[in-house]
Amino acid sequence: MSRNPLSRREFLVRSAAVSSGLVIGFTFPSTVRRALAQEAPKAPLKVDPNAFIRIGPDDTVTILLKHSEMGQGISTSLPMAVAEELECDWRKVRFEHAPADLVYAHTAFGIQMTGGSTSTWESFDQLRTAGAMARQMLITAAAKQWKVPASECRAEKGFVIHGNQKLRYGQIASAAAALPAPSQVKLKDPKDWKLLGKPTHRLDSAAKITGKAEFGMDVRRPGMLVALVARSPYFGGTAKGFRAEKAKAIPGVVDVVKIPSGVAVLAEHFWAARLGRDALEIDWDPGSFAGHNTAAQREEYRRLLRTAGTVAATKGDAEAALTRAAKTLEAEYEVPYLAHAMMEPLNATAEVTSGKCEIWTGTQFQTGDQAAAAKIAGLKPEQVKVNTTFLGGGFGRRANPNNDFVSEAVHLAVATRKPVKVVWTREDDIRGGYYRPMWVSRLRAGLDANGRLTAWAHTIVGQSILAGTPFSGMIKNGVDETSVEGAADSPYLAAISDHRVDLHSPKLPVPVLWWRSVGHTHTAFEVESFLDELAQAAKKDPVALRRELLPEHSRHRRVLDLAAEKFGWGRPLPAGHAAGIAVHSSFGSYVAQAAEISLDKDRIRVHRVVCAVDCGPVVNPDGVVAQMQGGIVFGLSAALYGQITFKDGRVEQSNFHDYPLVRLLEMPKVEVHIVQSTEKMGGIGEPGVPPVAPAVANAVFALTGKRLRSLPLKLA
Amino acid sequence: MKLHVNGKDHEVSVPEEMPLLWVLRDVLGLTGTKFGCGMALCGACTVHLDGQALRSCVTPVSEVIGRKITTIEGLDASGSHPVQRAWGELDVVQCGYCQPGQIMAAAALLKVVPKPSDEQIDNALSGNLCRCGTYQRIRAAVHRAADLTGPGGRS
Repeated sequence: MSRNPLSRREFLVRSAAVSSGLVIGFTFPSTVRRALAQEAPKAPLKVDPNAFIRIGPDDTVTILLKHSEMGQGISTSLPMAVAEELECDWRKVRFEHAPADLVYAHTAFGIQMTGGSTSTWESFDQLRTAGAMARQMLITAAAKQWKVPASECRAEKGFVIHGNQKLRYGQIASAAAALPAPSQVKLKDPKDWKLLGKPTHRLDSAAKITGKAEFGMDVRRPGMLVALVARSPYFGGTAKGFRAEKAKAIPGVVDVVKIPSGVAVLAEHFWAARLGRDALEIDWDPGSFAGHNTAAQREEYRRLLRTAGTVAATKGDAEAALTRAAKTLEAEYEVPYLAHAMMEPLNATAEVTSGKCEIWTGTQFQTGDQAAAAKIAGLKPEQVKVNTTFLGGGFGRRANPNNDFVSEAVHLAVATRKPVKVVWTREDDIRGGYYRPMWVSRLRAGLDANGRLTAWAHTIVGQSILAGTPFSGMIKNGVDETSVEGAADSPYLAAISDHRVDLHSPKLPVPVLWWRSVGHTHTAFEVESFLDELAQAAKKDPVALRRELLPEHSRHRRVLDLAAEKFGWGRPLPAGHAAGIAVHSSFGSYVAQAAEISLDKDRIRVHRVVCAVDCGPVVNPDGVVAQMQGGIVFGLSAALYGQITFKDGRVEQSNFHDYPLVRLLEMPKVEVHIVQSTEKMGGIGEPGVPPVAPAVANAVFALTGKRLRSLPLKLA
Repeated sequence: MKLHVNGKDHEVSVPEEMPLLWVLRDVLGLTGTKFGCGMALCGACTVHLDGQALRSCVTPVSEVIGRKITTIEGLDASGSHPVQRAWGELDVVQCGYCQPGQIMAAAALLKVVPKPSDEQIDNALSGNLCRCGTYQRIRAAVHRAADLTGPGGRS
């Protein structure tokens, strides 16, 4: 069986077909909109069903995934979109990760990648169209065989049917392939969906519960070496020199090789590589970061807070309105650097032979990694084959514009001419950078004599994720939108006549990256906490204040009302318990969460989180529920524990004992309520994360009267 | 050294202090058992040693010679141990990387406590981290697995 999706041997549909106007009707989340403006192809979206669907003689339908399965469930939702239109038997649907190829490019970004909670909506029409085209061709092929008009035939559960006669898809796939692809197909009305919108079991479940699922970490190649890399403990530092004798004396160690990111020890297995790396003697030049401390960085950021930044959003005159206000409020918020800490530490396997490079890894950035590998190996991108394995979590860390983990493997494969798997340890992961940036912000608001909000100023300080990357073109007028998303476009601003949001983007050697829900991780905490402070100042209920500020029929309002209702907002809670709420939209979806907490001495215990979500039309409701549950846990780990700090230029944390995650015994009861919505489809992987930290912080205030303005939340 | 894994004997020639995890993964090719932290902090490397949950990432291989080791690949020949069936029914997995460890920990618990309470489940499985946050389903699936397991043990 061919593994090449573009092969003609087992394909179904022959030629590419063009269907125009497929993306009309979407409003892209702001950052995607910016990306589109930057590099959107002018031509209509092309749909090549052959790239996405293979039908075997045994009727097995294999869907090629243009996106990476990293837990978010696209290996089920994307095949659902195809299968709905293809009318195949869902039980015979399989999936494979597609190779790196621009036929799998993101319809908004123009490169093959997974991120921004975009996978399902960006490919939804494309994949349904591919399925519909394939179905049409199967019907035509069967009709020809029977010598009946195609219009008298229909497709159902993997058969084409005409009167009493039936043909299996597997029987006619090759005949269908000889036909021209239809130039236009009509997609089903959502009311006729049989599969879409129904809770559907995950297609990747069986492999993952038996240990058979292959992650990058599990890749094995004949003659493969395992490499661990000693990287500078100081960001921007370099190895001045090293002594490898002791490392090379470890049984199993094969070689020690210097590469741009550090000194690699190559061995027959991980354990020897690990011992070998421990035995390396390296003289580090720490560079300019040697004396760096988090406390000093905080002071510098706070100084910047009091200077005018680059304007990200403005209306009227916020300063004048603050001066005029009957009452003003001011607060500073802070969130730390965070590591992604995916359960599967980073890794990549590369093999370079003459004229060819092959990579096996769990990546969110196929074509970027392919280009980087080609450059290192002195090849053309099409000479680099990228095999995407399952990702043991991604959360943005495996979408690195600098292609760090893939580049290391390719450098070593070039140097040794052997297959090399680079493995990061947990310590490498926690200390390796590409963090969610540290942010500080200052919010000021003015209220009139009636407690109405009349002025708003929000200053944000933190590193730009996009600066210095191939995505820097998305920085507009000095503003990296990923720094201010959720603040510059806050739904509350419309109701405030005078407002301003501005930004400082200091440059530091700490590598930063998108971290599940990106800028929203800090803006939701700042805005939704400060809203609560305003409610208190105006002596209003937190839900009531938000309802006043949000337009009546808005999606924000709908999820807020639903979460409040399902939570029982305002109803008495057990003694020692209190509630907090937050609402935030990100990546095209709207989420409100109400949290019930208590204290165990100084420890915050979260008992219950009620979540309402409007993501537009739902593909797999159980998948939406899972992503909300998971997003809440991810957000809670940041709310309660996560922080990366620096002392004398070195990261202070190293593993799960000092970079803790929420554990099972801390798991609150999470209830998820999905709004039945025909609004625009949004993303689902990230929007569950932002509201939980402010919801919990607001509950802590309700319980204790203490306003916690920095994460992780600490009472003592 | 002779290792007894999933009902088979394997002769391995490795350093005595090499953690069982790396013998399983890099020498025997049993990659279902995962590396997550290397310090027994996350539970991804959980296997059974004579039926009890064990963190293979900190266990020197020399300590388990001649004892019965079971990995996720050997939990059930057809992959349909009650815990695995429950995991499938409830769609527990997301990225799936921690799940072999979670499943091995759950299976070990059910051997000792056939009908565990929430608290017993929390205590037994809180050493197993899940970054995707599948905890609520893990808890529910352990209860479901207990139901699927007949009164006499395996259904």
